Order: sequence, then C-alpha cells, then structure tokens
Amino acid sequence: MFQMYFTEQPMSAYPVAEGNRLGYTSTIFPNQYFDPQAAARLYQERLTEYLYADDLGFDGIMLNEHHNAPFCMQAKINIFASVLAGATKKTKLVLLGNPLPVSDNPVRLAEEIGMIDLISQGRLVSGFVRGAGQEQLATNTNPAFNRERFEEAHDLIIKTWTQPGPFRWEGDHYQLRLVNPWVRTLQQPHPRIWIPGVISTETIVWSAEHRYPYIALNPTMDDANRIWSIYDKAAERVGYKSGPEQRGYLIRCHVQDTDEKAIENARQFMWMQGEFIGLGAFEWQNPSGYSSPSGRRQRLAGPKRAYPGYEEQLAGFLIIAGSPKTVIQKLRKLLEGTRASILALWGNDGMINHKDSMNCIKLLAQEVCPAVQQIGDELGLKSPFELNTPVSLAATPKEQLRPVPVM
Amino acid sequence: MTLATHTAKEQTIKLGALGVRLLTGGSGKPLFLIHRDIGNPGWLPFHDALAAAGAVYLPDQPGFGKSDRPDWARDVRDLASLNLWLLQELGAQQADVVGLGFGGWIAAEMATMAHARIRKLILVSPAGIQPKQGEIVDQFLMSSRNYVKSMFADEKTYNQLYGSEPSLDQMEAWEIAREMTTRIAWKPYMFNRRLPMLLGGFKNPALIIWGKQDKIIPPVCGEQYKAALPNARLETLDHCGHCAEVDKPKETAALITKFLAA
Repeated sequence: MFQMYFTEQPMSAYPVAEGNRLGYTSTIFPNQYFDPQAAARLYQERLTEYLYADDLGFDGIMLNEHHNAPFCMQAKINIFASVLAGATKKTKLVLLGNPLPVSDNPVRLAEEIGMIDLISQGRLVSGFVRGAGQEQLATNTNPAFNRERFEEAHDLIIKTWTQPGPFRWEGDHYQLRLVNPWVRTLQQPHPRIWIPGVISTETIVWSAEHRYPYIALNPTMDDANRIWSIYDKAAERVGYKSGPEQRGYLIRCHVQDTDEKAIENARQFMWMQGEFIGLGAFEWQNPSGYSSPSGRRQRLAGPKRAYPGYEEQLAGFLIIAGSPKTVIQKLRKLLEGTRASILALWGNDGMINHKDSMNCIKLLAQEVCPAVQQIGDELGLKSPFELNTPVSLAATPKEQLRPVPVM
Repeated sequence: MTLATHTAKEQTIKLGALGVRLLTGGSGKPLFLIHRDIGNPGWLPFHDALAAAGAVYLPDQPGFGKSDRPDWARDVRDLASLNLWLLQELGAQQADVVGLGFGGWIAAEMATMAHARIRKLILVSPAGIQPKQGEIVDQFLMSSRNYVKSMFADEKTYNQLYGSEPSLDQMEAWEIAREMTTRIAWKPYMFNRRLPMLLGGFKNPALIIWGKQDKIIPPVCGEQYKAALPNARLETLDHCGHCAEVDKPKETAALITKFLAA
C-alpha cells in the first residue's frame, strides 16, 4: 500500500450566505470575498498539518490545484510543493496534478518540477491533469484544444526530462526553439507520473497506454471497477498486465476519537453546497469543446449531476467517518471492493478546525494507516514503490512487453 | 428556427477534402451570406427577400451545421480564406457579401484579403473590432439558450422562434456552433486588433446596419467600423437588437436591397 494525506485546502473563511444568495460559489464568485488575513492564517495551519503528517510517517502528501473558487486555496500546485520539498523530511510529495493545458510553456513546468524533485531529494511524484472546465476559463485557455495541449505538453516535458538538450520543439500548440533547461530530475529517467481523474474514458486509456497509475477521484466502487476494466484492457493491448499497483483511489475519510464526533465533522465534506467544487453553471464545468464530441448529445440531454445527500454518501462508502476502529473496518471493505494499492485519504475539509484536523491526521497516521497496510498486505495490494514497477511504458524493457489485441 | 421555409436548393461543395453545405435561392448577381455564431438557421423569409435581388448563397460555415470541421483552423481569417475559396468554386469572380454578427467579422476579414472580389460589403452588427466603450458579451460564461435570448430586442421573440424549451436537436446545433466559435475566436474574444487598420484597403461601398438595442456588441462598434472603412455608411434601427434580420427583417432586407441596387 501507499497511503497519502490530502485536503483541498478549503478557503473556509468565505461568506457562505453570499454564495447561496448569488447561486454560485465558483468561477465568477467575486474575489472581494477573499479575506487575506484569514487566508494567511489558513496557509499556516495547513503547513503545520502537512509537517505533522510527515513527522507521523504518512507515505505521501497529495496536493492539487484549482482557481477562482473557495473550495481550494492552491492556485499553483508547485508553490506548495516547493515549500514542502524544503520543509518535510521523509514523505513523498504527490502532485495530482499540474494542469498541463493551462500552461503556455511546458518547459518551464519541467524546470519547476525538476527543481522540486531535486530539493526534496527525489521524493516527488509528478501527476498531470487536464484541469477542470473552470480552470480553462480562469486562465483563458482554449478548452477546445484541452486534450491536444495536455498530450503535447506531456510529450514535451518527458522529452525535456529524458533527451539531451539543446533541442527544438515545433509542435501544434507549443513552439520552443531552444529547449535546454539547466535542471534535470534527480529521479531517473524521471519522477513517477500518476494521473488522477473522474471517469473520462480517454484519460483512463491514455494513462494505461503510458503505464501511469490512474487515481480514481472518489467514484462509487462500481464505477471504480468499470475504470479498472477499461484500464486493464488498454494495458493488455500495449503489452503489460495491470493490477493493484496501477490503481489509486481517493476517499473522503475523517477520523476522530468517537464515531459521533467524526460523523458530525465529516458533514463538512458537503460544505460547498454538496458539490465538490461549489455551485456553478454547467457551461463553466463543461466549456464547449472541453469534452469529446461523442458525448455531446448525452451531456445536453442529461440532467445536471446532483450528488447524493450526506447520509447516502456515508452508506455508499463515498465518505467514511468514524473512530479509527470504524474507519479501518470500512476501509477494508473499500479495498476489497476496489483493489487499489494507492490510497489517498482526504481527511479534512470545509470548516473542520485546525485542532480537529491535527487529531484526524494523528489518528490516521498512528492507528488507521498501519492497519490498512496490513490489510493491503493481506489482500495483495502492492504499490508501485513496493513492486518497483517501471515508471512508464517507455521505461519498460521492450522484451517484457507482450501486446495482445483486446477489444 | 420555426420560420425556415424550403424554397432553397441544398448541395455540398468540396473545398479540397472539406465538405461545405450550401443553400441557394434566387437568381442574378451572387449575394453571399455568412451566418451568425449560433449557426445557420435555415432559409428564412429574410433570405427570400434578398433572393428577389440576386442569387443568394448561404453556406453552413466550415465547422458549423452540416459542414465539415476544419480541425486545423485557428483563426477567423482561416474561415474568411475558406469563404473566398468557396466563392471561387461557385464561379463567382465578384460577389456582394452580407455578414451577420460573427459572420460580419468573417466578411470584414474577407474584404481585407480580396478587395476587388467583393463588390459591396454589408455588415449587420458585426463582431471583429474591439469596442472603444463597453465589451462584447462573453457567451462562454452563459448557456447557449441565454446567449440566444439576449440577441433580440424583446425576449418574446426567442419564445416565438424556439419555444420555451429548445429541442435537443437545436441545443446540439448550438453546441456544435459554439465549439467551432471556441476554436477560432477564443482569444482575443470576438475581435482582431489588426482589423481596423487592414480595412482601410477596402474602398468599395460598404453598408453597416446596427440595432440600437443590441445587447451583444456595443453599437459604438458601428461608428468604429464606419471610421475604419473608407467608403461606408451606417444605418441604425430602433427597437432592434443584435439580430436585425429577425427583429426588423423587412427593414433590414430593404436597406440591403436598396444599397445593392444603388
């Protein structure tokens, strides 16, 4: 198992009533409601919590990035990753991930990520994402070319990390005539790359084809298994057999000393009006061209996605909350149901206070994670680190690959 | 739109590998129409009125409606160039060109590229120039439905055309149109900073028509177009929104036919 601590870094000091009055809490929710004093305090609290997670022995800390909304305070993932690269000692820094399409210069990203890998002494996992719809609007990135830019930026970053410079890149979306950054990653050929996602088939297949573990962002167990099925077939097509080491799962999981307190606190996972990213228009989440044309009619016909209520999510294992004993039992069921070896524990959210957040981290690290490690061993859930898997398909020796035509 | 009639002929013209669906009606001098960013509404009474003055060509713009999408296109000037190519395939050495809204921007770009091939240019509330005051409404922050609603002086017009709930086919057509608009007009949004300078080379007559109640593009752009074009006249219509051909079809058609006959 590989277990990492995660929080969205909520900007919990925003005026909820204003969001409810306006009917939106993202994208164009006015930043006059951003409270710099509170934000400075919240950053310090998160930093203290991350350092505590490192001290207590979490395998990793997962970071992410979003824009223009209170649900996430990280406007640039590499900034917090840089801070933690210098301030933490043992934990791995798992970036899930850098949104590639919104960058106009992937070589700069390759430099930044390379520096983080060096400063952290090779503790970096460098995930990549397409960025949600809102990120395209917030950065004025053309959503119609999102996937093309993602793939081209990825190819350029990998080339920057693995091929000697100087070289020239004249692509469709990126043109850089002189690629020769005087930074190389400590981990060779490059840091591990993990790809988080909701359920986009194209991304699942792309991840499998590159042999990058796919981190499923809190889907139902049934959906997780649908994801693995798509992933495993794509892996077979390109010549390797995928198992738990290619699978990650993010679960909202809050622990306190008693079930009662944890269940009360975990209600904060619903703090953004029950949505992950807050209230917003369909067009912000799905700008034209962002998703594949094949699903266009279905998207237009379908009702707006409504998340189930809190109790239903608890019952369906979408949120786990309780004392360590309760949580361990539920995580066992989750692992039996998903057979993922990478577990992202989204411990705290919303207005759960700093003291309770620290207690949650302590109970996770000292009681839950060791038990989960044993469960993982028992279930045969070995992580990419435990198996020392190749970091990519390109890094897999050719003679080990046996491509099979699989529909 | 429910007002579409069926007096037009439909065909597909090939520009290399790219298929372009074309509606035609009427006879006489070629009159080339470029639709708005919400797509080709089909053949309307407005088109019949124009067809009385010439041979009207109304293509689904590349990437819109039933025309193929040029995946490589990155810029409104790419569409302008394709339209000039289409005119050539139609054997029209010279044509009158009418551009509506976003299509007006395409028409204006065509005029900067091929001065002599456009006899007269008619722009109805065209995009393409950055407003001196105000801003062009950002359709990408709103639903297609609300964007289309804003195009008329009176929102009731929307209900008359589309009903209170647009059909799934209509929503899909709007979405396809918006995807293509995204591909070529995302940034800068709905204008080309070089266009006003380039328009100085087009010395043939131009007519600019603008609805005084346009909620999409600030009417001040009409003045800016007039200043940029050496031989242009500006007509404004009262009780008229962004879609003059819908809000004031008879008046708009009359202005155009009179201008063409002069």
